[in-house]
Amino acid sequence: MFETLTTRRDFLRTGTGLVVSFALAPAVFGAAEASISKVNPKPTDLDHVDSFLAVGTDGTVTVYSGKVDLGTGVKTALSQMVADELDIGFQQVILITGDTMTTPDQGPTYGSSSIEMGGFEIRKAAATARKALLDMAAQKLHVEPASLTVSGGRISSGNRTVTYAELVGGKSFSIGVDSNAAFKAPSALTLIGTSVKRVDIPDKCTGAFTYMQDVRREGMLHARVIRPPAMGAELVGFDDAEAKSVPSFLATVRQSNFLAVVSSTEWGAIKATAAVRANWSGWEGLPEQAKLFDAVRATKSIKEDITSSVGDVQAALKTAATHLDATYDFAAHTHGSIGPSCAVAEIVDGKLTCWTASQSTHALRLQLATMLAIPPENVRCIYMDGAGCYGRNGHEDAASDAALISSKVGGKPVRVQWMRADEHVWDPKGPPTLLDMKGGLDGNGEIVAWSSSLFTPATMGTNVPLLTGMLANSPSTGGIVPGGVTADLAIPYDIANVHTVAHRLESTPFRPAWIRSPGRMQNTFANESFLDELLASASLDPMSYRLEHINDPRGEELLTRLAKLSGWDERPSPRKSTGDVCQGRGLAYVHYDLTRAWVGVVAEVEVVRSKGTIRVLRLFAVQDCGQIINPDGVRNQIEGNLVQTTSRTLMEEVTFDRSTVTSTDWASYPIITFPDVPEIVVELIDRPEEKSFGSGEPSAAVVPAAISNAVFDATGARIRSVPMTPAKVWAAIGDH
Amino acid sequence: MTHFQLSVNGRQEQVSADDPEMPLLYALRNDLSLHGPRFGCGLGQCGACTVIIDGEAARSCITPISSVGEGKITTLEGLGTPEHPSPVQAAFIEEQAVQCGYCINGMIMQATAFLSKTKNPTEGEIREALASNLCRCGTHVRIVRAVQRAAREI
Ligand code: FES
Ligand code: FES
Repeated sequence: MFETLTTRRDFLRTGTGLVVSFALAPAVFGAAEASISKVNPKPTDLDHVDSFLAVGTDGTVTVYSGKVDLGTGVKTALSQMVADELDIGFQQVILITGDTMTTPDQGPTYGSSSIEMGGFEIRKAAATARKALLDMAAQKLHVEPASLTVSGGRISSGNRTVTYAELVGGKSFSIGVDSNAAFKAPSALTLIGTSVKRVDIPDKCTGAFTYMQDVRREGMLHARVIRPPAMGAELVGFDDAEAKSVPSFLATVRQSNFLAVVSSTEWGAIKATAAVRANWSGWEGLPEQAKLFDAVRATKSIKEDITSSVGDVQAALKTAATHLDATYDFAAHTHGSIGPSCAVAEIVDGKLTCWTASQSTHALRLQLATMLAIPPENVRCIYMDGAGCYGRNGHEDAASDAALISSKVGGKPVRVQWMRADEHVWDPKGPPTLLDMKGGLDGNGEIVAWSSSLFTPATMGTNVPLLTGMLANSPSTGGIVPGGVTADLAIPYDIANVHTVAHRLESTPFRPAWIRSPGRMQNTFANESFLDELLASASLDPMSYRLEHINDPRGEELLTRLAKLSGWDERPSPRKSTGDVCQGRGLAYVHYDLTRAWVGVVAEVEVVRSKGTIRVLRLFAVQDCGQIINPDGVRNQIEGNLVQTTSRTLMEEVTFDRSTVTSTDWASYPIITFPDVPEIVVELIDRPEEKSFGSGEPSAAVVPAAISNAVFDATGARIRSVPMTPAKVWAAIGDH
Repeated sequence: MTHFQLSVNGRQEQVSADDPEMPLLYALRNDLSLHGPRFGCGLGQCGACTVIIDGEAARSCITPISSVGEGKITTLEGLGTPEHPSPVQAAFIEEQAVQCGYCINGMIMQATAFLSKTKNPTEGEIREALASNLCRCGTHVRIVRAVQRAAREI
């Protein structure tokens, strides 16, 4: 079981666990170039304009963003925001992202926060810079700032012009970010709100793009890690005699339970890995999969988070005319990045440089420093785009693998490419989650009581621990960090008596982390499906009830538009269809975190009763995320959320025995393929005067409930478990 | 060391390998520095590594280098460039049919091989043709639209 902080015992046993066996003399490892010392110091704090922006002598503006593009189009959107705010051409923007030496620490790229938070920090800096440039120009041209016009980085008064480059090109602003700096009025924006084409796509479609996996360094070595066959096994010993016969083999590296092979070629590393005979102890610390949710329920709760409390639920449940109870469960999921994690690390003069696809290079830097016991200022992490990660996948662990191995081979550049099974088995998992729901209705069919109990891991610490450090028994700053899993446990509806509580568990079977819409997806699955159960028991139309009980004009407009878009047929569920193949529709709605974007989805499904198979035919979605920066980018994110979550809902589940994860590849952990992808219809509500909210997650949260509700509408059978496999659906229909 | 003569994107290349079983993918990526073919699974399950050999889509991660012989290999780079993309590449760019893009090499190579044999495909035929190419970002609907656009323009 994954419990608390990793232990330091072996590390403190002063290196007893350390073995480096070389096939060649260590002299093969020479010095690499000192990449860490090449960049001039520039400020990276959040308070200075120079941390975010620099005007070049050629008039380009370099933007330094701590938020990175995880394949979501953020680079393009951030460039639009800066170009618009600074009145420069889109092409004049150069974006540097996630380099810990030059970019400010704006927090990890997660939680749909890149535009909402990171983008607005940068936009504030741009607005401050614009005002400063106008003041400088006014002084130079001896006019009032208000009389100046700006276009393409040229400030004009009549026919006299001065450019940004002439004013500050190659120099610093040396001013603080003015938190009161005014943004341009929406009517004056020319790039924000338009579907500027993504800057990375032509290169990605032609092989001209450099992904993390493509990074190569002079003299770079290739390594592969040999993982324990049981998750908690100890390495008793190993024999690499046979590996040494692989011509490109260089070294076997061991620290405690961390075992890796280094080779001068990639294929050699793969072959040599297979040739090492490692002797591991047994370990059977995982629960029995068939009883997973019994184990979750039996886990000690160390903290109760009450996320909402209105009225007196216990009293209301007692007096309610109708009373419903239900339990919802949601399987453990893997991130399933199509490209397994990869990193390159090298150490020159005690300074570590790590190229990584990490969504949080700044936090990774500190974690690597702790792991290797070196000062943080001697670590630099440089972001390179990887495959989509959808949360905290294995990128950081590949980085720590590469860093540790490099430290064992004289600092030589080392590339670690995770194999498919490394990613499927060892990436941190979305934790298995359980929710108990209770509801009561009065004699008129009004819901008068709502109670929910969530069983989810506690949060202890700020970082997901590095896998490398766990295996190597290195110092660690990690704990249990599943993400904001209690968000959206509270509901957006006006009900007289509500109580929602999260039981925060002291352990969970797998190292947990956030996966797209952590907690919100599991909670919204239970909330929106259970609401549907209550409404069905009172023969109420699911759309009408929500419209009447959200008391939120933006939510109401959204649902009204969704009803129109999907051709919603106002009636209660189920449809009472007969026949083996039946169709149904289901609705789900969420106000993300109750403070951010609004999104609603209607699913249309077809169910074959005799087989229990679900086919999602169509998904209609309406989203209000405030001011939209790039409409096509938002659509792309929503489409991705809907398809990916359809996959998670219908078929995804981490399987395991008592020792380890057994879903090791795409055959044992299948995801949706083209023939099963639903038709997608998206409508956006743009509100240029309102704050922007992120779009990377919210529309994922509603998909499982919409599908569950549609299956109920079609069959009258309620599916309370993700994934909704044919066996579960068939059993539920049979019970019916 | 064995030397292999490969025909890649119309050029004759020589690659040395100490193992004739080494998958072609590693020769293309590491010896020839190509970025198009990508490592996704090494198991023939995802399609990220797809190249075209003599007109047929092939999974380079499970194609031993010694099996290629005189086969003419085309990679994503061999189809076109950002300035002069092939019709399929241009259609993907036009439809913005990319999220992270890690799968896109496979999608474009598979679609190119498919469209060279199938004129005016139906949407169902396109979906079937791409059924063994995985995308985790959920870019499928755009990818299908891009292949439909390419089919019209070829
Ligand atoms: S990498 Fe070749 S099929 Fe997945
Ligand atoms: S675009 Fe990311 S895997 Fe397909």
